[in-house]
Amino acid sequence: MQPLVQLDGVSKAFTLHLHEGVRLDVVSDVNFSAAPGECIVLGGPSGAGKSSLLKIVYGNYSCDAGHIWIRDGGEKIDVATAEPRRILAMRRHIMGYVSQFLRVIPRVGALEIVAAAGREGGLDSQVAQDRAQEYLSLLNVPERLWTLPPATFSGGEQQRVNIARGLIADRPVLLLDEPTASLDARNRAVVVDLIERKKKAGVAIIGIFHDEDVRDKVATHVVDVTHFAAKTA
Amino acid sequence: MSTHVSATASPEAGYNFAYLDEQTKRMIRRAILKAIAIPGYQVPFASREMPMPYGWGTGGVQVTASILGRDDVLKVIDQGSDDTTNAVSIRKFFERTAGVRTTTHTREATVVQTRHRIPEETLREGQVIVYQVPIPEPLRFLEPRETETRKLHALAEYGLMHVKLYEDIARHGHIATTYAYPVEVAGRYIMDPSPTPKFDNPKMHLMAALQLFGAGREKRIYAIPPYTEVRSLDFEDHPFRIQTFKEPCALCAATGVYLDEVIMDDRGGRMFVCSDSDFCEERRSAGHRGSMLADAPAALTGDSTHA
Amino acid sequence: MLNDLPDAPLLSVRDLTRYYGERIGCADVSFDLYEGEVLAVVGESGSGKSTLLSLLATELEASAGSIRYRMRDGIACDLATLTEAERRLLLRTDWGFVRQDSTQGLRMSVSAGGNIGERLMAVGARHYGNIRGTSLDWLGRVEIDRGRIDDIPKAFSGGMRQRLQIARNLVTHPRLVFMDEPTSGLDVSVQARLLDLIRGLVSELGLAVIIVTHDLSVARLLSHRIMVMKGGRVIEAGLTDRVLDDPHQPYTQLLVSSVLAA
Repeated sequence: MQPLVQLDGVSKAFTLHLHEGVRLDVVSDVNFSAAPGECIVLGGPSGAGKSSLLKIVYGNYSCDAGHIWIRDGGEKIDVATAEPRRILAMRRHIMGYVSQFLRVIPRVGALEIVAAAGREGGLDSQVAQDRAQEYLSLLNVPERLWTLPPATFSGGEQQRVNIARGLIADRPVLLLDEPTASLDARNRAVVVDLIERKKKAGVAIIGIFHDEDVRDKVATHVVDVTHFAAKTA
Repeated sequence: MSTHVSATASPEAGYNFAYLDEQTKRMIRRAILKAIAIPGYQVPFASREMPMPYGWGTGGVQVTASILGRDDVLKVIDQGSDDTTNAVSIRKFFERTAGVRTTTHTREATVVQTRHRIPEETLREGQVIVYQVPIPEPLRFLEPRETETRKLHALAEYGLMHVKLYEDIARHGHIATTYAYPVEVAGRYIMDPSPTPKFDNPKMHLMAALQLFGAGREKRIYAIPPYTEVRSLDFEDHPFRIQTFKEPCALCAATGVYLDEVIMDDRGGRMFVCSDSDFCEERRSAGHRGSMLADAPAALTGDSTHA
Repeated sequence: MLNDLPDAPLLSVRDLTRYYGERIGCADVSFDLYEGEVLAVVGESGSGKSTLLSLLATELEASAGSIRYRMRDGIACDLATLTEAERRLLLRTDWGFVRQDSTQGLRMSVSAGGNIGERLMAVGARHYGNIRGTSLDWLGRVEIDRGRIDDIPKAFSGGMRQRLQIARNLVTHPRLVFMDEPTSGLDVSVQARLLDLIRGLVSELGLAVIIVTHDLSVARLLSHRIMVMKGGRVIEAGLTDRVLDDPHQPYTQLLVSSVLAA
């Protein structure tokens, strides 16, 4: 099966010019791929570069070397060198991202945030609206919160809005950064179920799961990111 | 009140014919020719000091002075009348400096200088009408910068003119401009027709006579050659309409002409009479009688006997 | 999947440079802008961002470089070859310019309806009822009370004036809109509402926008791409979230770290 995501020799370091140019190596020569229906879990301790890798795939962070090949129809696009509008188009149709922190447009209600994400992902207005309600209900976000902006929600509620936003459209690639971090057992189970549904639908998932239980349930394989630690001289 | 002056009066000594020196007349005629070549376009000219203050028709006088010849017959009107102060003094000015024949009869005149009205009598080929203009720039009130209005005319950017009409309708429910109503000339330039009532605008369209406009203080001359299209600006759903009067002229019973309101006494008595005094008189000579002719004061009718 | 991307850029800028005597206003700026893209140009005072905007809107003449714009008929045209008349027509129809100072971008003595309708009248609209109807429609879209259609902007608050400016510019469905610090000087809550409005309209109408701002949060909220300017030059450019979350250049890192998080 052709992978939907392929990392090839990816390296990343931060240079902090404001701190005398201190160089922080993050990862070096990363190689792995994700095929449809697979859930690749990035493992390793905190600070190993797991989140950074997801952001690199999404185009939110740049990389210093290597390629991130994303399959788009019959083509392969390298996120490392793609034009901004290409990356934005891929985010609309191909890659979904659920981050640890909810950073949304302020002053917009939760339901609308999720429905908008659906429309952006190519869903018809009515379908987006219906699915947004479906996901928020599944994720136990009470209806009375649907018209309120998530900035005032609890951490767990914000996280669930985030998940709905990331999963609502039919994108073939999903990047999940600690999606169950602030959730209770009941909601963790919902998320596991949603991930399984996506896998069955042929979505390629790359995720970071702090919770071992969840990880064991969803992972196709685990990639240990410490293998890609930068080799310091 | 008709006054004919024969051509035998010779011009006052010490003045060139029609007051202006020949070089100045040439300069003004060049401006006039340019204006005729570009209908509606304001041509700058070196306006001279005249023996009357700005605001009293110096522009019109300079144009008339430049085109007048010995055989011309001149009529001067102000608000349609030959015997108001302004008309009288300008007519006398040309009698003294040019010695030309003057007349009050529109049909007899070769040159008609006017302030604020076009004669009711249709002008014919060979006649010239000279308008006195205070502010030649139709866009001035909305765009005070001369640099900008010149550009707007050059680029035919006239959206602003319609903004003015839009504002009128928004504020008053209709286009409130009743005089100096802007027109489009020959499909190109937008022009201020001078402070004539909008009632007169249709007369400018395809007029057989040559129309010249002079603004002395603002130093501009413009022109409409004979048989030129002149269209008053409007909106599709607020078309241009002229004023209508409920009653005919009280002296000569004319309809479809512009009427002046005349206060008769201090008890609210008033009558509406033709603004064009020559036109009214001609009709009365031909036997037309208005409803109040018998009661009209002699000063108004100009007759010592009532027929 | 990616067939929805237009092939040809809307605006192509190459080596755009402007000198003020010996001093650089801006130098060697090159980029392409596509339909529907929002590009933020950020920098501090003196960075050259305002000069760049004036050059792009052809209000200033370039010392060197070129700007090509793809007209509605699809033909890319070098803006330096336009006549004054063509340039002014472009600025009135296919382009918009929302100014920092609304008194420069509006006719202060003309009613709100007249301000919005002016561009329509400039391109030949001659039906009062239709013009007024369009003005009412736009007042609604920029959230100004429709009952104020006959009021003049002198009577409007700063935020309302900016919204009126936006309506006045968008009424001819321009494809490219320039914005110069559209929210500066406004109260924070007013700014927020204005930004929400801009964001909504940009996405609804598929506008390409070049917005100059010194405020990184405005850039993050509104733009897809960002160019960071310093000393007249573009020192970093790219996807907005990439440049703001993973800044490479020292100056960019300085700018990002200086922003107070809400």
